[in-house]
Amino acid sequence: MKCQHCEKPATFHITELTGVEVEELHLCEEHARNYLTPVDPQSESPASQTLAGALAQQLQLGQTAEDLARLDQQACPICGITFYEFRNQGRLGCPHDYSCFEEELEPLVMNIHGATEHVGKRPRRSSAGSEQQTELIRLRREMKEAVDNEDYEKASQLRDQIKELEEEISSQQE
Amino acid sequence: MELEDLTGSSGEWLRGSGPESDIVISSRIRLARNLADFPFIRTATDHDRLAIEQTICERALVDDHLKKNLLYLNVSELEFVDRQFLVERQLISREHAESEGARGVAIGSRETYSLMINEEDHLRIQVMNSGLDLKAAWDMVSEIDDAVEKHVTYAFHEKLGYLTACPTNVGTGMRVSVMLHLPALVITRQIKKVFRSLHKISLAVRGLYGEGSQAMGDFYQISNQITLGRSELDLINQVSDVVPVLIDYERRARAFLMRESQKDLHDRVSRAYGILSSAKTISSEETMHLLSSVRMGVNLGLIDNLQIPDVNKLFIHTQPAHLQKLRGEELDTADRNVERASYLRRYLRTIGGEDAAEQN
Repeated sequence: MKCQHCEKPATFHITELTGVEVEELHLCEEHARNYLTPVDPQSESPASQTLAGALAQQLQLGQTAEDLARLDQQACPICGITFYEFRNQGRLGCPHDYSCFEEELEPLVMNIHGATEHVGKRPRRSSAGSEQQTELIRLRREMKEAVDNEDYEKASQLRDQIKELEEEISSQQE
Repeated sequence: MELEDLTGSSGEWLRGSGPESDIVISSRIRLARNLADFPFIRTATDHDRLAIEQTICERALVDDHLKKNLLYLNVSELEFVDRQFLVERQLISREHAESEGARGVAIGSRETYSLMINEEDHLRIQVMNSGLDLKAAWDMVSEIDDAVEKHVTYAFHEKLGYLTACPTNVGTGMRVSVMLHLPALVITRQIKKVFRSLHKISLAVRGLYGEGSQAMGDFYQISNQITLGRSELDLINQVSDVVPVLIDYERRARAFLMRESQKDLHDRVSRAYGILSSAKTISSEETMHLLSSVRMGVNLGLIDNLQIPDVNKLFIHTQPAHLQKLRGEELDTADRNVERASYLRRYLRTIGGEDAAEQN
């Protein structure tokens, strides 16, 4: 696909959700940089505090298209989304993305919040068992894929595994 | 309690009482939470969405602390006008009304809180109070959060805190907002300056119905941008520290107008009242605009036969979905404008004929 504004290939695919209507943009690196860099420094919301702004700053930090292309191909083993998909839609796929894309997310989080460590309320319940919960997300996804591929034997094995794990988790919670 | 029971009232946040309620409409705090054992909404399958809704409803909402007088609405099954009604009432977001798939909202008694299920995050808990009272809102939202957390496991990261679908909410998952009515700052053209200084201290300014919405009727919502690296109380204090400054600016601007151009101001307010009580057809935007002048007029003693709760009620009841719910039928834009004008005339005529002291 070509960039909307020139002949170069479009390496950035932006879905703009700020207006009334959803707008899709396909841009080359240079035009993307221009687009994501706010023209008016006193515009409605400060760029560094919005997701698009933070993503733009990440581009300005000197990551080349190749770097990003490499990062983009990493997929979360739990939910399956790639960093590319996150950049495109601005929403993460599952809690595990914060661990699996940690390296890419940290500068982004820093840009948005000016901090990378939570201070404040914590759940009363210990989140120590959360690896099992994350595992459930993966198993459920695999089961759905097995059903979609009509591999019912695998799907039924996965169903049993899910059930077992769910029971284990709920017995720990009581 | 049912949805229809909400129609005739105006909801807690429009009660028009509480500290500084001449300028501060409402204080609101929302927490974004996700279950640890499901993917975030964008990757959730239909089956996941149903399971998330079921988990929250069957395990958490039955908590003794929550279940009393809780109204649960299956948003995916509601008519368009009912969803719109809940948006106007600020019980659900526009995004929640317009998205697809299994989703719901649980509304607490007197509409002081609501829990949105399957919005951008699995769960969004919000508490709304009339006037400036963030501390009470925090106590309540945190208590509801604790009650839910007794029954489900939240996605929580040792370092990053509560995990959310969008990194802009990670950490506390908290958005604190105070809705202000700032007509005098708009008239005296100081409002932009105020916003610029708020942006500098990383506070966001939005219109009446949140992100991307216009600032209708001179209502503005001030909220925190940052959610990570500061405690909930710190974030709340940041907003509560700046609100009195804004109130002070607005009061000074009002005093300035009263001093320098009371005749013009009185004229503006009286004309607004005149149009509202005699128009035969009127749009929602014009109504908001005029009611804003009337609201300020009531606060400055330029109009004495109306009270703030009346004006707040008119603001909400003249919104498109409210108008249709009150009328009991669907109306197109032109018919709504006629219905709105007739509602206003009726209401203002009744009020005008009665002793103002009886109205509150």
